[in-house]
Amino acid sequence: MRRRINYLMLIASLLLVLLFVFPLWRITLTAPQYPDGISMFIWINKITGDNEYTLQNINILNHYVGMQYIVPESIPELTYFPYIILFMTAAGVAVAFTNNKKLIGTWLVTMLILGILGIYDFYLWEYDYGHNLSDKAPIKVPGMAYQPPLLGTKMLLNFKADSYPHWGGAVLGLSIILSYVALIKSRFSHEKS
Amino acid sequence: MLTLTGLFVFSACKNGMKQNSGILNNQSAAQKVYVAPGEHDEYYAFFSGGFSGQVSVYGLPSGRLLKIIPVFSVDAEKGYGFNEETKPMLNTSFGFVPWDDAHHPELSQTNGIPDGRWLFINGNNTPRIAKLDLSTFETTEIIEIPNSGGNHSSPFTTENSEYVVAGTRFSVPFPQKDVAIGSYKDNFKGALSFIKLDEDGHMDIAFQVLVPGYDYDLAHSGKGKSHGWTFFTTYNSEQSHTLKEINASQNDKDFIAAVNWKKAEEYLAQGKAQDYPTEYLINRYDEHSHTSTSITRNSVKVLIPEECPGLIYYLPTPKSPHGVDVDPTGEYIVGNGKLSADLTVHSFDKMMTAIANEAFEETIDGIPVLKFEEVLAGTVSSGGLGPLHTEFDADGNAYTTFFISSEVVKWKVGSWEVLDRAPCYYSVGHLMIPGGDSKKPWGKYLVALNKITKDRYLPTGPEMNHSAQLYDISGDKMEMLLDFPTVGEPHYGQGIAADVIKNRSKKIYPLNDNTHPHNIKSEAEARVERDGDVVRIYMTSIRSHFAPDNIEGIKVGDKVYVHLTNLEQDWDTPHGLSIMGARNAELLVMPGQTETLYWEPQKPGVYPFYCTDFCSALHQEMQGYIRVSEATSDIKLSWSLGESI
Ligand SMILES: [Cu+2]
Repeated sequence: MRRRINYLMLIASLLLVLLFVFPLWRITLTAPQYPDGISMFIWINKITGDNEYTLQNINILNHYVGMQYIVPESIPELTYFPYIILFMTAAGVAVAFTNNKKLIGTWLVTMLILGILGIYDFYLWEYDYGHNLSDKAPIKVPGMAYQPPLLGTKMLLNFKADSYPHWGGAVLGLSIILSYVALIKSRFSHEKS
Repeated sequence: MLTLTGLFVFSACKNGMKQNSGILNNQSAAQKVYVAPGEHDEYYAFFSGGFSGQVSVYGLPSGRLLKIIPVFSVDAEKGYGFNEETKPMLNTSFGFVPWDDAHHPELSQTNGIPDGRWLFINGNNTPRIAKLDLSTFETTEIIEIPNSGGNHSSPFTTENSEYVVAGTRFSVPFPQKDVAIGSYKDNFKGALSFIKLDEDGHMDIAFQVLVPGYDYDLAHSGKGKSHGWTFFTTYNSEQSHTLKEINASQNDKDFIAAVNWKKAEEYLAQGKAQDYPTEYLINRYDEHSHTSTSITRNSVKVLIPEECPGLIYYLPTPKSPHGVDVDPTGEYIVGNGKLSADLTVHSFDKMMTAIANEAFEETIDGIPVLKFEEVLAGTVSSGGLGPLHTEFDADGNAYTTFFISSEVVKWKVGSWEVLDRAPCYYSVGHLMIPGGDSKKPWGKYLVALNKITKDRYLPTGPEMNHSAQLYDISGDKMEMLLDFPTVGEPHYGQGIAADVIKNRSKKIYPLNDNTHPHNIKSEAEARVERDGDVVRIYMTSIRSHFAPDNIEGIKVGDKVYVHLTNLEQDWDTPHGLSIMGARNAELLVMPGQTETLYWEPQKPGVYPFYCTDFCSALHQEMQGYIRVSEATSDIKLSWSLGESI
């Protein structure tokens, strides 16, 4: 049996490198005093803002309601997620060269599990920031939590919070779809040969 | 009887029509100046504050006051001249001078077009020129002009802001000395100063031209073909020194002095300039260290016309000319003879021919006086009285203000015919058209800057703000749109398309770029240090607290410097600082900036300090205490935030 490189699978795995180029997710806060909005970008390895001061500005706003400071250095996921992605890229490339249906399937399932875990982790993180409030907060609104939506739009006091995938999220989705197509195609070409 | 009735009906009709058209006019004028809430104006306008010493910034066409920028006068609102960082800006060879009379704002230019980098303005009383940075709207440099008195013909710029100029309106002994005032003709001289801008935009005096002791009133530099020349009006060629209103108004003609500054550069390079001992200061504010420093210069280069042929000529100009204005092509030099009805327009080409042909009437102290007829391009018979200043639109029209007849007259450049006239309320001085003294006027609007207000607004006692009127000049007829009060006395103004400036406007000072010698970059560094009786408090502000906010161990007689660094890095988040009993103003510290409040505590006690700029929901909580003990007390310095000392 001739081994041919599965190019779709190759592209699917190499796409993951783009996660170091584009943020996965974007949360934008808008209020009358912030007509342009303040945007926070969640990457595979960091959290950034519109500019280098955004996190400080968000933290200043958050401290009035007793939210914890967002300190990217203290979020362990940002340290080990990059390695997982690099591993999955390398593994995907290897799988593409083997062009083995089972291996492609395994890669795809692993990616899906990782993706779901990632989103669940993101939810937990948002939940913690939104609910774990200091009892010395100057502004306390009974029953109010400040958890931004996982996906969509929500009012948090005077701020409108929009949470949507960014280019990195789209790339991740595309990678998974491509590997699924690669899986189907690989079965098809097997049957043909 | 029938005729009478007919006449009555006719005139009633006419009145009715007039009223209707008046209402329609008001509606259309209101629409033209209406800038909806949240929308931006089309132009920035910069007006001098005159005796306020400051610059006010307005939006046009709305007439909204956007900001007052402190320049020559201390400003308690912003702590300018009160905080340690800006005190040196007002240093002169006479020491700290906390006020001046600011007359003529002038935008920097590139290729003869306002470029929005800087605004220059003259201080008339203790001769100075200030430079304002239009990315921060702050005064960043002030240079003193020696051998000068009444720095009025200033600070008009050349086409690429190679120079700004300064001419003396009051001639003085040159160099200054103790002489009899009656020896005016022997001892008093004029100085025409050329201030060079280096690559960093720093100003210094390149040279002065020593000229006869007349009054050098206004100036404008050439453009296009006349680039390389600067024109100054003179009056008091009679050289009187008392009752000038009569004695300086005797000669039928005074002069416009034409200085060839490119020739001056050649003479400088040849070493023709003489070094005159003098003393003048240059004060520079640095945007990164947020501090200013004064540099003292002890000599100035002087060019003497007798030794420098071709450097300067006099163009005879009738009736004590006030403004001198050069049209956008650079060909026509308009002399506004303030004691007459007419404008005298000289031709640059004819001037060059007259110089080549040596068509001189006489020579005064080495300055050839060109024959009047040989340089005259034309006369505008205005029908008004007391012309002061002329600006231009983009379509070859000129607009001249008439102080005595209180109006603006529109006329055609080249044919000199009068096209339109519009009344001003009252007694207009300067006028301003955006870009109206540049190579490419934006036109569209004209602002008349008036000297007398009287009944224009609700009365406010004997003192009223000066009035300004905005006219639409886009059509054949000038149409008054708006009438609004100004700050101080707006002598002159400059206008520029908003886009040129607004995209360059800074929002914060990056904290990482802060090089203030007493800055701190985090609350962790907040502390208090004592060195003898000098106490330095290194404090930070961020919404909504100071660090530290409890301080003990200060003693009566201490010299306390509170160095406040604002850690904020968000737009429009200044914090203020004031201390009870401090014989000083507040601080108003921009994001990323460090400023210093000097305080000499006088009495034992505990004194509150607080943030003066409503910064946040918890602004009212942004406060602290400083304990002051007897001079002999042995209480140690201590400080805290969030816990007891
Ligand atoms: Cu504050």
